[in-house]
Amino acid sequence: MVTRLQAARERPAWQQLDTAQLVLMGAAAALVVAALAWLAANGGVDDPQPAIVFGVLIALGELFRMNMPGGREAAPISRAGALGYGMLLSVGGDPVSYSPLQVIAVTACGMVAGTLPHVAVGRSPRLDAMARRLVAAAVVAILFRPLTDVLFTGEPLTQPQWLTALGLMTAISLAAALADMTVAALIRSEAVRARFGIAFVDEFRASALLCAASSATGMLIAVATSVMDLAALLLFTAPILTTQFAFRRYAAVRTTYLQTVRALSRVTEVGGYVETGHSLRVSRLSVAMGRELGMTEAELLELEYAALMHDIGQLSLPDPIPGGATVLSSPEDQRRIADLGAAVIEQTGVLDMVARIVRGQSDPYRDPAGSRPGPPLASRVIKAANAYDDLMGDSRDRDRAAAVLDRLRADSEYQYDPAVVESLARVLDRRILR
Amino acid sequence: MPVAGLPLAAWTYVGGVVALAATLVATASYADVDWAPLAAMAVLFLACDSVPALLSLERARVSLSFSASLASVVLLGPVGAGLVGACALFTWQRVALVKRVYNGAQFALCGFVAGFVYDVLRPEALDVSRVDRQILPFAVALLVYVMCNLALVGGILLLSKAASPCELRDETIQLTPGLLGYGSFGLLIAGTFEAIGAFAPVLVMLPLLVARWAFAQTLAQQRAHEATLATLCQAVETKDYYTRGHSERVSRGSVMIAEEIGMSRARVEAIRFAGMLHDVGKLGVPTKVLQKEGPLTEEEFAAIQLHPMRGLEIIREIGFLDEALTGIMYHHEKLNGRGYPQGLAGDEIPEFARIIGVADAFDAMTSTRSYRPARSVAEGVAELRRCSGEDFDPQMVDAFLRALDKDSWPAPDTAEPPAKAQTSRQDHDDPAAPIRVSGEGAW
Repeated sequence: MVTRLQAARERPAWQQLDTAQLVLMGAAAALVVAALAWLAANGGVDDPQPAIVFGVLIALGELFRMNMPGGREAAPISRAGALGYGMLLSVGGDPVSYSPLQVIAVTACGMVAGTLPHVAVGRSPRLDAMARRLVAAAVVAILFRPLTDVLFTGEPLTQPQWLTALGLMTAISLAAALADMTVAALIRSEAVRARFGIAFVDEFRASALLCAASSATGMLIAVATSVMDLAALLLFTAPILTTQFAFRRYAAVRTTYLQTVRALSRVTEVGGYVETGHSLRVSRLSVAMGRELGMTEAELLELEYAALMHDIGQLSLPDPIPGGATVLSSPEDQRRIADLGAAVIEQTGVLDMVARIVRGQSDPYRDPAGSRPGPPLASRVIKAANAYDDLMGDSRDRDRAAAVLDRLRADSEYQYDPAVVESLARVLDRRILR
Repeated sequence: MPVAGLPLAAWTYVGGVVALAATLVATASYADVDWAPLAAMAVLFLACDSVPALLSLERARVSLSFSASLASVVLLGPVGAGLVGACALFTWQRVALVKRVYNGAQFALCGFVAGFVYDVLRPEALDVSRVDRQILPFAVALLVYVMCNLALVGGILLLSKAASPCELRDETIQLTPGLLGYGSFGLLIAGTFEAIGAFAPVLVMLPLLVARWAFAQTLAQQRAHEATLATLCQAVETKDYYTRGHSERVSRGSVMIAEEIGMSRARVEAIRFAGMLHDVGKLGVPTKVLQKEGPLTEEEFAAIQLHPMRGLEIIREIGFLDEALTGIMYHHEKLNGRGYPQGLAGDEIPEFARIIGVADAFDAMTSTRSYRPARSVAEGVAELRRCSGEDFDPQMVDAFLRALDKDSWPAPDTAEPPAKAQTSRQDHDDPAAPIRVSGEGAW
């Protein structure tokens, strides 16, 4: 029995992938196989010089890819290089002619080359992110390559002709970006169980700016290489280097901030005010419930901060309340802790919404008199998650969980929002199933 | 730049620069000026000028309009570049009239000079497809433009006494890379302008605007991070009325020492956070121990001795704090090996810890405690000197005293605590009044 359970847990890696990921990677693999087969049949690449230079640019972009907030991976330079190669019309006025499959082959080779150093130092590559970049490049190449013969006839393009070409490039880049975001949203909605619409909006918010920057650079290097020569390529990647540098710093600061809040939320534990792991468990549970309730990523981040710091008000108490479980203390005490905590968080001057959420965590979701508006959804989530964790601790007992849920349900006329309690039930269902 | 009360020398200087620029504009030959691209560059210049600056210091800002200026140097030659520079007169930023006129004049001059240099150096027949041949003349023109700009702006700042030569030098060093970098994007705009017209600046600038957004976000997040850290430290300090502001002052003192001994900027940043967080672990010490009157039992003293480790436990997960961690963990070690928690001695104690130790003790001595009033800075200095070599690293003590001479020390609030405030009866930081532990006579 034990061995069977273990076997179930240690499934092969490909079985842990969600359907959308499998489809995406299958598509990417099929594209690569087709491209390589074509390359073999063709007996090598056409116009090798630009192929090499763009391949190197893509490889460098993959080498310096970065991790963005929300567990996303971005490689703007690689993306710009792949788009630029897909939309290249000529090199310094000399026509180039290669098929979309060659673009896919060059992009894939560049990506693999740029990934090898990562693998060498033991960082496993994010195959889904790479597959998405490859598919986006393929979309552009397949749509744009057939147009090159029409757009470039051997004579240098006039300004109106360029404007037509740029219009097409913009439309095709946009299509590729939307396709990319759709795939990303599909994967994400399956992985974290968010609704597709919300996941799409999140993806859009997270990657629209970087996508715009790398698409613009892709178009720019396509134009510059067409009118100048391959040397221009290096020069014209300078703007995207600035973007990459800026985003790398932004991502680092975001990560640090979250780490700091996570770490400092533990002062209440070290101070003996709450049980060890309480804040972290409540925050994980809250985020899962928030997702179930259709919150966006920005709202989830605020929810996470508020959940991590929801007991910070206890620091202002002279002595810890026995057991640290706020759910068992009097309503007045609960409100005082919530108010004290909100007051501390308000002092930062930057976390006003988080403070509001913390302040509302002790309020009943519905005022019996019906006169006051209810607390924010995030507060209701934390209230339920906190109560659940206070009553459960780190126990995983199924019967006890059911009993605790029943208790919350029984109290859902005024205290706990029934919709929130049901989201908790669904999250717990999944946990036990896993 | 204060406008009213500008010294006479500054007025003369402004007058001279404006007159020179006006003469150049008035006497230039407009026969071969290409008006359509000039209008495009002028619009671009003003549009870029209206978006938030990429780099903003107190007295100067670098906006994307710099790229437009350099593009016009390549595309339009001296006269056109001068005219585009003069557009600074019509900036949408809210600036005083003198500044407006002066900026218009100085940008016009820079454009003229750089345009002239580029015209002399560029290859005979300008062939857009050979971008490599343009790089050298452009680089020289860019350098000339930036130097002209810095000299003209620096001159007025000096004459109007808005900046000391020292501040000016620092800001020039900070600004120059930005000016050169953003100026060099002008070549990209110029190189593609003929082919794609207005698309050229859009495609070049879009990534830069996105970068600018990320820079602004980074700054906002950094501020939020610091504010959050400071607030949470204050929350910890509410446990003891007398230690209000202690973390902040220790952080400041540590930074003073670190800067004095010439630490790199990144390490100074790290020690700033370390100083702020050095006592977080005190939260793990039960309130009743902190507030106890009379000698502590050995167990109670052990709880106090463990607080650096408790602090470590909390902040271990914050990734950027690697070196700061050692500083927090060992800030109560003493040079003679009689500190806690490990009893390290001499060089075994990490540099960060030796620095924080000095700042920590000094602040404890110069703050009010429930069992004594605050000591003066002079007394604190004397006590530091006395313990230097035994408890504290003399190098750090010396650096701190040198820094104290240059900079003032923020005096802690000496007001009596309100009746309900929580106060502690002992201070583990105070080297002049060691904690009394029962059963151990002279500790």
